[in-house]
Amino acid sequence: MPKLRMTGRGLWITVLLAPPLAFVALFIVYPIIAAFAYAFFDWQGLMRGEFSWLDNFHTVLFVEPYASWTRNAFTHNIMVFFALLVLQNGLGFLLAYALWRDMPGARFHRVAVFLPVVLSTIIVGYLWKLFLHPLFGVVNQSFRGLGMPWLAQPWLGQDSTALWALIFANAWHMVGFPTLVFLAGMQRIPTEILDAARMETQSEWVKITKIVWPLCAPSATIVFVLLFVGAFNWFELPYIMAGLDGSPYGSTDVLGLYFYRTAFGNVSSGQQDFGLGSALAVLIFVFIAVVASIITVRLRSREIEL
Amino acid sequence: MSTAGTTRDYDSGGIIGRLGRDGLLQIILIANTFIMLAPIVIMVFSAFKSTPEIFQHPFGLPDFGNFVNFSKIWTQTNFLRYLMNSFLVTGASMALILTLGTMAAYAIARYEFFGASFILMFFIAGLTLPLKLAIIPLFMLMRDLGVLNNQLALIFVYTAMGLPTTVFIMTGFIRTLPSELEDAARMDGASEARIMWSIMLPLVRPAMVIAGIQNVVPIWNDFFFPLVFIQNDDLKTLPQGLTTFMGEYTTDWGVLFSGLTLSAAPIILIYIVLSRQFISGMTSGAVK
Repeated sequence: MPKLRMTGRGLWITVLLAPPLAFVALFIVYPIIAAFAYAFFDWQGLMRGEFSWLDNFHTVLFVEPYASWTRNAFTHNIMVFFALLVLQNGLGFLLAYALWRDMPGARFHRVAVFLPVVLSTIIVGYLWKLFLHPLFGVVNQSFRGLGMPWLAQPWLGQDSTALWALIFANAWHMVGFPTLVFLAGMQRIPTEILDAARMETQSEWVKITKIVWPLCAPSATIVFVLLFVGAFNWFELPYIMAGLDGSPYGSTDVLGLYFYRTAFGNVSSGQQDFGLGSALAVLIFVFIAVVASIITVRLRSREIEL
Repeated sequence: MSTAGTTRDYDSGGIIGRLGRDGLLQIILIANTFIMLAPIVIMVFSAFKSTPEIFQHPFGLPDFGNFVNFSKIWTQTNFLRYLMNSFLVTGASMALILTLGTMAAYAIARYEFFGASFILMFFIAGLTLPLKLAIIPLFMLMRDLGVLNNQLALIFVYTAMGLPTTVFIMTGFIRTLPSELEDAARMDGASEARIMWSIMLPLVRPAMVIAGIQNVVPIWNDFFFPLVFIQNDDLKTLPQGLTTFMGEYTTDWGVLFSGLTLSAAPIILIYIVLSRQFISGMTSGAVK
């Protein structure tokens, strides 16, 4: 490259890079750094007050009633994560395996399983809220029609089942995603390896556990981590189906709802506290970042290069 | 599906055993597909029924000529406005994402300069950060920029959120393009801008489709940012408008179901036509 053009070229590269960098810096990097800073101040509405050291963190973690609210919401997030791990990622692996065999109709099944994934969570939430209506919802109407009236429960209205109803709706919505990620992983397994396995064993179970599952490890890592981040960011579905208070009686309260309520207030109490909200956001953020990196490193180490 | 032929006879453990196992897997697939599609079919059927009909015959076939619910939505609600707003916000964000994303990816992939890999890392770092948790500073920032209760706030956030994936996908793709064309054009004295516009850009369209689909679905479906930024009913996007509308018609289930059906219709129809592109686009971040 001739020397003369270097300045022009540098200018050209700057022109290409500056606007996109500005967007990311202003609307992603700055807000995230600022969220950390906000948590160390006392806030009066939209006005920033005194520097308050770790007071906000102390309040949300150890001062009642915040401490029990935090614990309650956190416990629910853990439950949601593990339930979805089985119901969404586990089922996704099974469905992927079935699709991978490419039996008649596989293409149709593949399109069908992914259809709910493209829908808005708001549509999915309202749809299942109507379906789970205690009297007129199709779920309970089906149970009564099939002669199982004892299963016709007010699923969203009692604290023993509400969270499970939300977990089910989420699994219905998203199961297609891990399914197709796993399927893509399986389709990359070289046929020589499968042929060799066929020589060695007749057992389907051995083939799944010793060949298919280990060779799908990169797919497992990614859906596992995405599920973790998603479960601890859970907001829209409980917001629509259970409301901002996590009704009934906080039995569906999760960190996302709790954070939003603390920061922006809710209908019943207009109280909003940016300091406590930011402290919660920082704690959730650090928790997600630390655990997700540990999971990624641990799971990566068991992946096999093909 | 190049592996299809080989996976089918991957296991030769007796024809009976294979039929039994394949039968079981086929039953699982059919049952799952039924569970996936039945709610959507019931939703569409219910959209054509009156509320008493929904309560009495939830699974019955409706009279598909009955547009009472739809006309209520058309004439009595702000639905059309929400739909237009969603098109406007999504369209503007996508135009910005693809333009800016391609610019950055092109610079990173085609030129060697100091800090290129650092800049790529900067964009990729944005991939994993849950921006919802930074909503308080974002709210203050939008207030200071004077765009609260303005769709520009949404367009800014969506553009920033879409850039990391777009830069990531586009950089990977642009790197694979051969440099001969570019070098030949440079010999002929074409400017860098002209090389990018007339020679390289026509080649990157496939990657743009993937990056576009991956971003368009979450943006079209987003609810969280409008919830915080937009209060004025005339500015609401479709998912947010749906919550207003669902609150107003709580007892009229016919109207509720037709509202859900109308909101779901655009994306379902596009998905049915472009299912392959949707699947590869939406899983492209997770599939190497």
